Amino acid sequence: MDFARSLALTAPEILISVSGLVLLMVAAWGGDKASRRISIASVAVLTACAFLTAPTLWGQAMGPDVSAFGGQHRADAFAAFAKLLIYASAGVTLIIAQPFFDKAKAMRAEFPLLVLFASLGMGMMVSAGDLLALYIGLELNSLASYVLASSLRNNERSAESGLKYFVLGSLASGILLFGMSLTYGFTGTTSFAGINAALSGGLPTGATFGLIFMLAGLAFKISAAPFHMWTPDVYEGAPTPVTTFFATASKVSALGLLMRVSFEAFGSQTQAWQQVVIFMALLSIVIGALGAIGQNNIKRLMAYSSINNVGFILIGLATATRAGASAMLVYIAIYVAMSVAGFVAVLLLRDENGEQVEAISDLAGLSKTRPWIALAMASVMFSLAGIPPLFGFWGKFVVFQAAVQADMIALAAIGIAASVIGAFYYLKVVKVMYFDEAADVVKGTGETSHTVLLVLSTLAISPLGYLGTKCLGTLADYATAALIPVG
Amino acid sequence: MTGFPILSLMLLVPLVAAVACLVVPREQARSVALIATLIDFVLGVILWANYDIGGAQWQFTESAALFAGFSWKLGIDGIALLLIALTVFLMPVCIGASWTSIDKREGEYYAAFLVMETLMIGVFAAQDLFLFYIMFEAGLIPMYLIIGVWGGADRIYASYKFFLYTLLGSVLMLIAMFWMVNEAGTTDIPTLMAYNFPVEAQTWLWLAFFASFAVKMPMWPVHTWLPDAHVQAPTGGSVILAGVLLKMGGYGFIRFSLPMFPEASAQFAPLVFFMSMAAVVITSLIALVQTDMKKLIAYSSVAHMAIVTVGLFAFNQQGLEGSMLIMLSHGLVAGALFLSVGVIYDRLHTREIARYGGLSINMPYYAVFFLLFTMASIGLPGTSGFVGEFLSLIGIYQISSWVALICTTGIILGAAYMLYLYRRVAYGEQKNADAAAMPDLDKREWAMMIPLAAVVLWMGVYPESFIAPMRKDIAALDARLAQAKPKGDAQPTAGQGTSGKPMAAHNSGHSAAHNAAPEGAH
Repeated sequence: MDFARSLALTAPEILISVSGLVLLMVAAWGGDKASRRISIASVAVLTACAFLTAPTLWGQAMGPDVSAFGGQHRADAFAAFAKLLIYASAGVTLIIAQPFFDKAKAMRAEFPLLVLFASLGMGMMVSAGDLLALYIGLELNSLASYVLASSLRNNERSAESGLKYFVLGSLASGILLFGMSLTYGFTGTTSFAGINAALSGGLPTGATFGLIFMLAGLAFKISAAPFHMWTPDVYEGAPTPVTTFFATASKVSALGLLMRVSFEAFGSQTQAWQQVVIFMALLSIVIGALGAIGQNNIKRLMAYSSINNVGFILIGLATATRAGASAMLVYIAIYVAMSVAGFVAVLLLRDENGEQVEAISDLAGLSKTRPWIALAMASVMFSLAGIPPLFGFWGKFVVFQAAVQADMIALAAIGIAASVIGAFYYLKVVKVMYFDEAADVVKGTGETSHTVLLVLSTLAISPLGYLGTKCLGTLADYATAALIPVG
Repeated sequence: MTGFPILSLMLLVPLVAAVACLVVPREQARSVALIATLIDFVLGVILWANYDIGGAQWQFTESAALFAGFSWKLGIDGIALLLIALTVFLMPVCIGASWTSIDKREGEYYAAFLVMETLMIGVFAAQDLFLFYIMFEAGLIPMYLIIGVWGGADRIYASYKFFLYTLLGSVLMLIAMFWMVNEAGTTDIPTLMAYNFPVEAQTWLWLAFFASFAVKMPMWPVHTWLPDAHVQAPTGGSVILAGVLLKMGGYGFIRFSLPMFPEASAQFAPLVFFMSMAAVVITSLIALVQTDMKKLIAYSSVAHMAIVTVGLFAFNQQGLEGSMLIMLSHGLVAGALFLSVGVIYDRLHTREIARYGGLSINMPYYAVFFLLFTMASIGLPGTSGFVGEFLSLIGIYQISSWVALICTTGIILGAAYMLYLYRRVAYGEQKNADAAAMPDLDKREWAMMIPLAAVVLWMGVYPESFIAPMRKDIAALDARLAQAKPKGDAQPTAGQGTSGKPMAAHNSGHSAAHNAAPEGAH
């Protein structure tokens, strides 16, 4: 009975695993010719999972009723919020990847499967209620991601990016594992609830080390400074659809995991991690902003921008309040929309040979040659810079409001002042597109599916997005309620 | 008219037209823009005609809880009414000024202008703190594009400077707003205007708001973005920048800094006076040596805005009314002066003063209008400039005769640089053949100059029309400020030295605020 209930609660994960294995067989027999069908099937699986997950969020699922397998897996509203974003991002990745790899003549049947397994791992990460479940989910996701990064096999940059990601990612996993073993050693349990209970009396020095090492390992996964160094290289080298996947789904899952660990496992010792998070937040904002200024590759710029944005998201975590956690979720959702719009716009930029245009200087005068793409791109840039009335402002708004409510005014003031540095490089992209003479490099035409996705995501980050603030805020509050129980 | 959402309609019309401008053929964009701005002007006239002078403080109110955390809440008092009227009056003129001079990417240009109009009206009409902030900040994007795409040679530097300066100023204000909303528990501006914030907190809040408004205003020494932005912007951009955008700073002081933080305003008044005195003298002297017409007028704007700030911080009815009138008058006059520069710039494509000369011979009508606006800028009685400056200086004289003395030199220096400009452009010999061959005003230019000249004279001869709508609101603000009002040095005080007096008054203001705080909490 209990086992059946556990199975029911993990239905989305089981569905992805089983269909992933079945599709693997299809790939083995059908070969690369079947890749298109496998992609479509994978998107269908993800959609089905989203429908399976959504009621959990609506229903504000929380508490012991929704933990499966003895607390290892938690199918609560928080996990549902993160999973919906993950499935959506993975679906977008699959939709944009097919035409991209077809053009490069490098579509392989494994690609959609790897995305599927990575999503499975991500779903397990955000549902984790135990250090072991956490680690299994994380590794399942990471190993699939390393391969995805190098999926353009004949491209040196792609191979390099995969290798870099693998070496540094393994190091981070090692650090995380070390932190986990210290935590286990000093608390005698691997379950989040158990750790929390064990630490409620005080934090032994060894557990502090465990906490710091775990934070360091997770900081690597969310690419927060000072563990951000891999991000620009991997984002630049990986094929653009994969970069989209890293910037959206990977970010959501790693941040969700960080929230789980911080609030559930170490929820009784918030002051122990708050300082570390404040430090990482401010450093990420500044390094992300300063690092981006010198970049001439749009994907590298987006990588630094993601470091910068993670800094803002961490300000929400630094407050260690419910409002802060809810603000983080809102910010993450908006960030996913901005990233999708940004990278899809990049995908649409092709020169006359159909090659990807990535140099910012080649975007010169884009507003004359491709006015609508330029408009979408400019919206993304202003939105990332957090200038109202674009929707990116709302993310910053809720995060900083939470910080002020938590009486962390100095943090909020420094963080928001540093965001002005960031505005500089976003403006630079707009300047190149709108003020400079046309370079006339962008020639090719884009896919319909890309255009549709670009229109949808740009509408989401346009001022129209504000009409969704109520809905988004309510859902984020549901998710937060599951993460941090009232009282 | 009650219940009809006229303010929302005024916001919607330019927004819809902006989208239309992007899709219609480029030759028709300007007509769409002109029609939209004229419709908004008519709506503005209807708004004024239906405004009940002496009636409720907030009229035409609308409220809809559309968003999380803040709401769509509009409403105007007399002060906002006048500034909205200024906006809708100047917009058709701006479109007219751009009619022939903008010859690339017209659709985007007019769309940016119309979005600006929506946002400017939104700033003045917003009754929700965060709605105000969004409107206030969003104006950066279209203005950045207007300067950067259609501006002059050094436009890129100017556009960055404009954007980053104003952004840095505003983000700190946002943090202060969060704190205020957290403390007072509401985002409603009228409620916040009556809320008594703790005096110690007011200091910080005031400084955060000041960072934003001082840059927008702009006050010395953070004014340096203005000459660059003005000079590089196209004529229409300069008109709207000088005419309306600068008024957002002054409006911010009237709507936020003064009523919400009266004690802090009194505490920082000496700082404001110092910055304003410095601005009046320094920027006037800088204006005197300019060789570029637009730069000269830009510096004169800084000097005029300094008199606005001293009037605002005079804490009395004359000073506040005077400041409002200067803002309105400066909006018209600076706009008209930039337009006058634009008229000859369109013909000769240079702003160098030395390239012109003797224009009164070949462009007599132009010279008449230019003279009128020059005189209005100097503050000649009978023109709009006089009334406001006179009232402001009377207001400040009651507080500090020294500040009044130094600020009055601005009038003299103003006369110097404006007359010097006029002499070099309109009088003297026609030493440049191409300038001498320029034709006089055409019909379009007449159509822009006449309304501006008429309103400038109207405001100068019968300012009551403009004072009446705001009298009650200014009186309410004055009453609100009474608790913190510093004593002036110009009052006859029997047998006492004047030094240290404002300080004592300031301290008593603090204690008054402490006493008043519990009442305000109800």
